[in-house]
Amino acid sequence: MKFRLPFAPLVALRFLREGRMQTLLILAGTTGGVAVIVFLTQLITQLQAQIVDRVLGSQAHVVIRPLEEANRRAIDDQGFATVIEPRAQRLRSVDQWENVARLAAGMEGVTAVSPVVTGPAFAVRGQANKSVALMGVDAERYRRIVRMEEYMVAGRFAVDGTRAVIGTELAKDLGIRLEDKLRVALPNGRDELLQVGGIFDIGNKDLNRRWIFVTLPLAQSLLDLPGGVSNLDLTVADIFEAQPVADRLRGATGLTVESWMQTNAQLLAALRNQSVSNNLIRSFVIIIVALGISSVLVVSVVQKQKEIGILRAMGASRSMILQVFLIQGALVGAVGSVLGSLLAFALLNAFSAIYRNADGTPLFAAELEPRFILMAALVATGVGLASALIPARRAARMDPVQAIRS
Amino acid sequence: MNSPVIDLAGIVKTYGIGSPVETEVLHGIDLRLAEGEFAALIGPSGSGKSTLLNLIGLLERPTGGRLSIGGRDTATLNEAEITQLRGRSIGFVFQFHHLLPAFSAMENVMMPGIIARGAADDELEATALQLLDAVGLKAHAYKKPSELSGGQQQRVAIARALALKPRLILADEPTGNLDTHTADDIFALLREFNRQTNCACLIVTHDPRLAARCDRIVRLVDGRIADDLPTEKETNP
Repeated sequence: MKFRLPFAPLVALRFLREGRMQTLLILAGTTGGVAVIVFLTQLITQLQAQIVDRVLGSQAHVVIRPLEEANRRAIDDQGFATVIEPRAQRLRSVDQWENVARLAAGMEGVTAVSPVVTGPAFAVRGQANKSVALMGVDAERYRRIVRMEEYMVAGRFAVDGTRAVIGTELAKDLGIRLEDKLRVALPNGRDELLQVGGIFDIGNKDLNRRWIFVTLPLAQSLLDLPGGVSNLDLTVADIFEAQPVADRLRGATGLTVESWMQTNAQLLAALRNQSVSNNLIRSFVIIIVALGISSVLVVSVVQKQKEIGILRAMGASRSMILQVFLIQGALVGAVGSVLGSLLAFALLNAFSAIYRNADGTPLFAAELEPRFILMAALVATGVGLASALIPARRAARMDPVQAIRS
Repeated sequence: MNSPVIDLAGIVKTYGIGSPVETEVLHGIDLRLAEGEFAALIGPSGSGKSTLLNLIGLLERPTGGRLSIGGRDTATLNEAEITQLRGRSIGFVFQFHHLLPAFSAMENVMMPGIIARGAADDELEATALQLLDAVGLKAHAYKKPSELSGGQQQRVAIARALALKPRLILADEPTGNLDTHTADDIFALLREFNRQTNCACLIVTHDPRLAARCDRIVRLVDGRIADDLPTEKETNP
C-alpha cells in the first residue's frame, strides 16, 4: 500500500504549491529570518565564550585576600568633627591561610585552591632594570588556577630553589634566554639571583613583562612574609557561579573575597548588554517573519475563497479548513528553519574565513550547535502556526454560499 | 415507498432580519422528492431557485418551516452534523464546474471521499477511476481541470458529485455554459446515473427543452411554487 497524505496536509501542500510565487516569497522571508537569528546567536555565544575564556585564562575565578586595614576612632564621641585618613595598605598575610585554604577547598563548587605570595620587585640585568611582580607559587597547584603549561614557549612551568619562570616580554627587554641568570632586587634591600627555567607567553604583553614565578618559600622570605601568603587563588566548576561561591566564602571567613565577575564588572555588563541587544534583534526578526507569514496567508485565504467554499460544500468541516491553513503556516516555518540553518552555516563559514584573530586563527569556529538548529526549528514552526491562526480562522468562518458565488 | 429524500414543509427564508432591507425570499415552500425522482426546478431569475437549492443543499438554514433530508430533520442537527450529512448524502453539480484547480480530475473525484474518510485509499481510487470511466474520461484522469474542455470539466464535476453514492444530487444549471450538444450529453449522463443508482435529482435549469425531459417540473415564481406537474411523456435518451 502506498502512503497517502491525510486531507489537511494534502490540501495544504497543494495550496502552497499552487501559489508558487507567494510560497517562495514567504519561504525566503522565513529563511532569512531564521538565518539571522541562528547566525547571530551562534556568533555571539561563541564570541562571548571566547572573551570570557581569554579573560579567565590569566586570572583566578575567585581570590581571597586579607581585610584592608582601616583607621577607626578610638572614642565614639558624638558632636566631634573628625577626619579619618585612609591607611596605606602594607603587604600582609591571609590570617591562618592553611585553615582558610582547607575551608575553601571543601566548599561546594570549588575545584582548586592555590596559595600565592605576590609583591613588587625589580628585575635587574646589567644596566637594565624592570619593575616586576614577584609571584611565589606552588607550580603544581597554580597550574590548576591558570593553565600555565599551555602558555610556555620555552622550558617548563616549574619552580624549584632559585629557578624561575618569566614572560616573553621581560625576557626580550632584558635579553634573557633559557637558563640565563637574572637578579631580583626588592625595596626592602633583599635580592636574589634567579635562573630562568621557563619562558611563557600568556597572550597579554603587560603580564608577560611583569610576572616572575618563583617558589613559595623564596617569595615569602624575599617579601618578608615568612610562612604567609598574600592571597589564595581559587578555581570554580561553573564560572558563572563564581559570585555566589565568593559570597559564601566571605560569609564563612570574614576576609576580602572577590570573584572575577566583580573584578571584570565592566566586561560582564558589556556581555549582558550584548545579550540584551541580541534578544531585541531576535524578537524583532521573529515579529517581522510572523507578520510576513500572516499577511501572505491572509491574501491566500481571500484567493482561495472559492476552493474553500467547494470543500465545505463537499462536507469539509470548519476545523478541517482551519487545519489546512495552520499546516501551511507550520510547514513554511519548518522548511524555512531548515533552509535558514543551512544559510546560517554558510554565513558562519564565510565569516570565519574572513575574520581572524591577531595570531591568524579563525575568530570563531564555523560550527552550528544542534541545539540551535532544534531551537530554530521549534521556534519557526511555532511562529508559523501562530501567524497562521488569524488567516486560518478567517478561512474557517467563511460562508460556503458566499465563497462559491464570488 | 420509503421516506422522501427531500421533505420541505412551510419553508420560509428571510434575508437581513432586523435590518431596514429585510426581504423574505421564500414564502412557505412545500416540496417532497422521493428516491429515484428526477425533477426540474424552473422559474424566472430572482424567483428564489438558488436560495431554495442552497437550503436543500444544507449550505444555508431556513428562517422558518421544516426541512428534512434523507429522513433527518435538520433543525435538530448541529453545525458539524449538518456538514457531515451534506458531505455524505448530497452531491453538488454547479453551473461552473467548481473543480479544485490544484488537483487532478482523479483527485477532484476522490475529494468527497478523502474528506469523509480522512485520507485517500485504494477503494476510493478504484471508485474514482470507475466513475471517470463512466463519464468517458478515463484517459484524462490525471489531467488538471485547466487542461480539460468545458464539457469535460462538467463531466468530472458529475463524477465527483456521485463519488459517495449520494441519495440526492443537486444541480444548479449544470449545462448553463455549455453548447447544446454537450448540454445534451451532460443531461443524459445525469439521467443515466439517476436510473442506475436510484438517487433523487433536483436540477435547476433555464432550458425548457431539458426540463421537459425530467419526470417532474417544479415552477417557482416570486418565492412560491406556482405549479408542480409531472411531464406528459417520458423521454428516453
